[in-house]
Amino acid sequence: MKNRIGLVVGCLLIMVWCLLPVAWIISLSFKSEAAITNGSPGFFPSDGGGAGWANYQAVWENDQFRRAILNSIGISLIATLLSVIVATLAAYAIARLEFRGKKAVLTIALAIAMFPVVSLVGPLFDMWRAVGLYDTWPGLIIPYMSFTLPLAIWTLSAFFREIPWEMEQAAQVDGATSWQAFRKVIVPLAAPGVFTAAILTFFFAWNDFVFGISLTSTENARPIPASLSFFVGSDPFNRPASLLAAGAVIATIPIIVIVLIFQRKIVAGLTSGAVKG
Amino acid sequence: MSTVTAPATSRTVASDRARAETRLGQKLVAPAIVLMLLVTAFPMLRALYLSTFDYALTAPDERDFVGLSNYLTALTDPLFWQTTGVTVLYMVVTVAIELVIGFAFALVMHRVIFARGVIRTSILIPYGIITVVSGFAWQFAFSFQNGFVNGWLPFVGDDFNWFGQTGSAISAIMVSEIWKTTPFMSLLLLAGLAQVSEDMIEAAKVDGATWWQRLFKVILPNMRAAIMVAVLFRALDAYRIFDNIFVMTAGAEKTESISFLTYRQTIEQFQLGLGSALSVLLFLSVLVVAFAIVKLFRVDLAQARQEA
Repeated sequence: MKNRIGLVVGCLLIMVWCLLPVAWIISLSFKSEAAITNGSPGFFPSDGGGAGWANYQAVWENDQFRRAILNSIGISLIATLLSVIVATLAAYAIARLEFRGKKAVLTIALAIAMFPVVSLVGPLFDMWRAVGLYDTWPGLIIPYMSFTLPLAIWTLSAFFREIPWEMEQAAQVDGATSWQAFRKVIVPLAAPGVFTAAILTFFFAWNDFVFGISLTSTENARPIPASLSFFVGSDPFNRPASLLAAGAVIATIPIIVIVLIFQRKIVAGLTSGAVKG
Repeated sequence: MSTVTAPATSRTVASDRARAETRLGQKLVAPAIVLMLLVTAFPMLRALYLSTFDYALTAPDERDFVGLSNYLTALTDPLFWQTTGVTVLYMVVTVAIELVIGFAFALVMHRVIFARGVIRTSILIPYGIITVVSGFAWQFAFSFQNGFVNGWLPFVGDDFNWFGQTGSAISAIMVSEIWKTTPFMSLLLLAGLAQVSEDMIEAAKVDGATWWQRLFKVILPNMRAAIMVAVLFRALDAYRIFDNIFVMTAGAEKTESISFLTYRQTIEQFQLGLGSALSVLLFLSVLVVAFAIVKLFRVDLAQARQEA
């Protein structure tokens, strides 16, 4: 009985830990701009005047913000798609084939996962300007791919190792063509792993900040985290907190939707990639 | 997994097959390798080259070879050592706190049988949220003008400015960092916890071991590998701390980390020569930290690479 109460308290603590700051930023996004300028300490907007949906409307009508959301969605999706395709090829080779250089691939992937990203932005800034990739979508997609590949390769090769590949041959023995065997047997078995890798890759690309601020200069390619950080409003010494909060909530919605739908897959992917069960 | 079931009657057939397999394997990993090296190894070599020049983008034509003097400038500047010290402080404190809280979370999640989905969903939200958003949320929470922290904490005055001095500003940055990354830590530890055999814990219980004894003598030693991998990953991640500092203090009040200093020199001040030297030093210091953790805690890297 004592144990039971401890567990319930533990669960409540975890949920408060995880959700309190989210609740706070939502609450903040409903404070009015006037209240923010005058100062309105307290958790709830009632302490300083509510704004209704005004902040959301203002943010949504801001061209820079809309453009940044579009950039983020486009860049993250393309980077995810390409990264997962390249990682699938590599992970298949790592999980199924014996070849020289396999250890080297895994070592490089590990090294890159630990690479200090900031040490690259100087030379990349220089190189991208020279080849015309600065402030373009591909200029961000390429680094995102490079830095999500390690995670994608680990996750996928862990998944691929668990696939009973003999079933492909079994299907062929039963009269399926190789294409049918691949499409009807292997694809459904591999899909969950590919999907998990895609979600984790998307999270990385959506979250990136260092490349986003260093390799862009205009709204041409600037993604949402960079755009939020440069959004100062009319008074740079008093940031428009409630507007920023509304923007932050909008930027968080895709993440929350993905988490709500795929939580089981994400947990499996995160843990299989790092510690083998 | 033996996939090649064809009868290898003669040796030449087998070695031909092996050679073909190697060729196919290398072809399949080639795009990944090229992409990973294109954006890391190549720029890093370029940084090494640029770091030997006095080179600023504000005066691109006046590029003079200066040998190692950029490194000398960086290494003799107290700012370099101060930011390195602050970075190590961020790393040690956040990882230590995350380890304790993350382990507590993992214990709860491991035992809990009800509402698993809800707990998992909640724990993934900080993990998935943009670091910049977390930085904003906590910056505004600590703000004395519009936040709630001063009002909730009994021992802090209502007009206390958290970002007015080094100690409290660093604490606020750490809170944001810890909030966002503890869930990741707890999920890694949860996976490790699942590998500890229940029988062993049960046996210790029968032998009269208390809860603390079971924790320290049975559970923790048996998930050592998982803990070490989690610490290694998180520590190297924490050492690169940047986003939260950028958003919450912009490096004011001596909260600057080594990553932030490097960024400021290269992108904001256009000092590509000195900035590149700092990039190389940052890279080397990450290597040192990784090596130190691996040696100090005897981390089993085969486990991390999961190619045992």
